[in-house]
Amino acid sequence: MAKLRSAAGLETLRADIVSRRDPGKRCIAVCAGAGCDAACSAAVVDALREEAAKKSIDVKVTGCHGLCEKGPNVVVTPGELCYFGVRPEDAPGIVAGTAKGVRMDEVPFYKHQMRLLIGDNPRIDPTRIEDYLALGGYAALSKALFQMTPDQVLDQVKKANLRGRGGGGFPAGLKWETAKNAPADERYVIVNGHEGEPGAFMDRALFTGNPHKVLEGLIIGAHAIGAHRGFIYTRHDSPKLIEHIETALAQAEAYGLLGENILGSGFDFEVEVHFDVGIFVSGESSALMRSIEGNPPEPRPKYVRTSVSGIWEKPSNLNNVETWANVSQIISRGADWYASIGTEGSKGTKLVSLSGHVVNSGVAEVPMGTPLRTIVHDIGGGVADAKPLKALHFGGPMGGSIPERLIDTPLDFDALAALGAPIGAGGLLVMDDGTDMVDMARYFLEFLTHESCGKCVPCREGLLQMLKILTSMTNGKGRNGDIARLEDLAEVTGMACLCALGKTASDPLRSMLRHFKDEYEARIPAGG
Amino acid sequence: MCSDKIDQILARHRGKPGALIRVLIEIQHEKRWLPKEALAKVAQALEVPLSRVTQIATFYKTFSLKPKGRHEVHVCTGSSCHVRGAARLLAEVQRMTGLKPGETDSESRFSLETGSCLGSCSLGPEIIVDGTHHARMTPAKVEGVLKRYS
Ligand SMILES: Cc1cc2nc3c(=O)[nH]c(=O)nc-3n(C[C@H](O)[C@H](O)[C@H](O)COP(=O)(O)O)c2cc1C
Repeated sequence: MAKLRSAAGLETLRADIVSRRDPGKRCIAVCAGAGCDAACSAAVVDALREEAAKKSIDVKVTGCHGLCEKGPNVVVTPGELCYFGVRPEDAPGIVAGTAKGVRMDEVPFYKHQMRLLIGDNPRIDPTRIEDYLALGGYAALSKALFQMTPDQVLDQVKKANLRGRGGGGFPAGLKWETAKNAPADERYVIVNGHEGEPGAFMDRALFTGNPHKVLEGLIIGAHAIGAHRGFIYTRHDSPKLIEHIETALAQAEAYGLLGENILGSGFDFEVEVHFDVGIFVSGESSALMRSIEGNPPEPRPKYVRTSVSGIWEKPSNLNNVETWANVSQIISRGADWYASIGTEGSKGTKLVSLSGHVVNSGVAEVPMGTPLRTIVHDIGGGVADAKPLKALHFGGPMGGSIPERLIDTPLDFDALAALGAPIGAGGLLVMDDGTDMVDMARYFLEFLTHESCGKCVPCREGLLQMLKILTSMTNGKGRNGDIARLEDLAEVTGMACLCALGKTASDPLRSMLRHFKDEYEARIPAGG
Repeated sequence: MCSDKIDQILARHRGKPGALIRVLIEIQHEKRWLPKEALAKVAQALEVPLSRVTQIATFYKTFSLKPKGRHEVHVCTGSSCHVRGAARLLAEVQRMTGLKPGETDSESRFSLETGSCLGSCSLGPEIIVDGTHHARMTPAKVEGVLKRYS
């Protein structure tokens, strides 16, 4: 294929791709996301392909559709008919159209969502850039390069009030501006696709299922910031994720959407892929950058931000997968449209990984401000085995839990942080009334104790001491003064640790001492 | 595995110190552990001191400096599997195999690993043997699964 050298060239190609497609032709999309793949969706693909070969029907292998619980998932277009728990022997009925499907907008799990980011997944074969182009892909990049100045792009992202989806909720526009204005001869942009948080799987769902959406955002950001080199940092243990990213980079380059003189604009940008090696702290910004340099991922104190001094001491703008994925729609539909979705301080939609004691585990996308009740009950289908709900936990080992009575809290960065359960990356763990909240704090601390890099003493020693106390409490050996000692240690590690891993390691514990203190007190025998 | 494969991997990255982690991942994927001789070869090919190679190889948990068993048994201990009873599942796997996480038995049949949520929480609690997911496991079902791997 010839490299595209103008905005018009891109539109001609798009028109050509679209004209070759018959929107009325049936297409069967089989989900190969993490859950469905593990549930042998590949065998379903084989069976459907064999059946479909007899008729003129396409079978597409796609990224995650969302409702992992009911996988392997199949969606047939036109009509968006969903089939759940599909087995190879269901293939003839689906291909013939005799099997009964449910319209996607009538499935409770889907109908309460707003799927701006993940909604395209069932329509895209992630290994074919043409699928992304057919849906309007890279039009935002073209607009940013030819109809806007880098400052205007930055201005839109700031006006949209896009906040980082990786955990901190930091305004992306401000970070971009810092990296753009920091004096340097070179600067970098980076995708954080590490997703090391247990119970979080939405970044993988998005990145594996629609890699070009993330890449387009990255290129737009690089242009706005003035970076010519970018990095993707992602998981080494997800073969499909790696394959799709590398294929996407190669295809974008072949079309002239990446590399030298992108779309003839004169802008050059290249991207390298780097892998984490199964260690949680390497998702932290400064540790991640050390890892990209080829060093052990040890965090450093942030007296100077990585957006000023990051990889090789150059300004380095790091954003999460989902943050980057939001950029193209902000550019194409405008900051005002984007800012009309969500709450005062939290704009746009948010991907949520639903897991734990919930009926429907999966990836959901809702507008910010959606009440947690909608997410857990309407989308998630409530608590498994019809048990009462006890608590909701956000943000994994650096997050927090809130009790059932706060279920009408909106999904909002600030509202949840104020309750001690910051959204984090968007992992939402549902817990039924059989869950032991002392054990949960112990569990998360055990995780982080193993993950501490050991560089600073408060983290290396402090977490271990808290873990020891919590372990003895769960073993029925709680002693007088344990709770006060835990509170004390939580305060010290919260202040003195080098990086956010240690600083926030006690957050789950603190939230539980705040909302479930009676359970902790019950572990201290009278006179114990 | 033949050292050909290692040589091929090294050939792609010769003289590129920045590729150290990537090279080690590729060798680990190929061989499932990092033999000492391989580390020395990596140091030479990438032109980095052996001490650096060793530092990286020991820091990151994915790297193993010991050979692995024929079958890798991974018990997910992510948060969702945890609340769904992964601890009881792990205890049963440990009891059956006599292994603690990170260990390999003397006959090199099984290596036991824990941790690392793979994002298939809908199937939890689960054990993954050689990449095959065994979903919604209970301690009672463990024996039936492990029996299939000799
Ligand atoms: C221990 C630790 C682990 C982290 N892991 C991740 C991760 O896996 N993915 C991610 O996007 N951010 C992670 N972060 C947050 C990053 O440091 C950083 O804030 C984020 O990638 C910035 O992107 P954003 O502004 O778009 O959210 C982690 C932070 C800490 C302290």
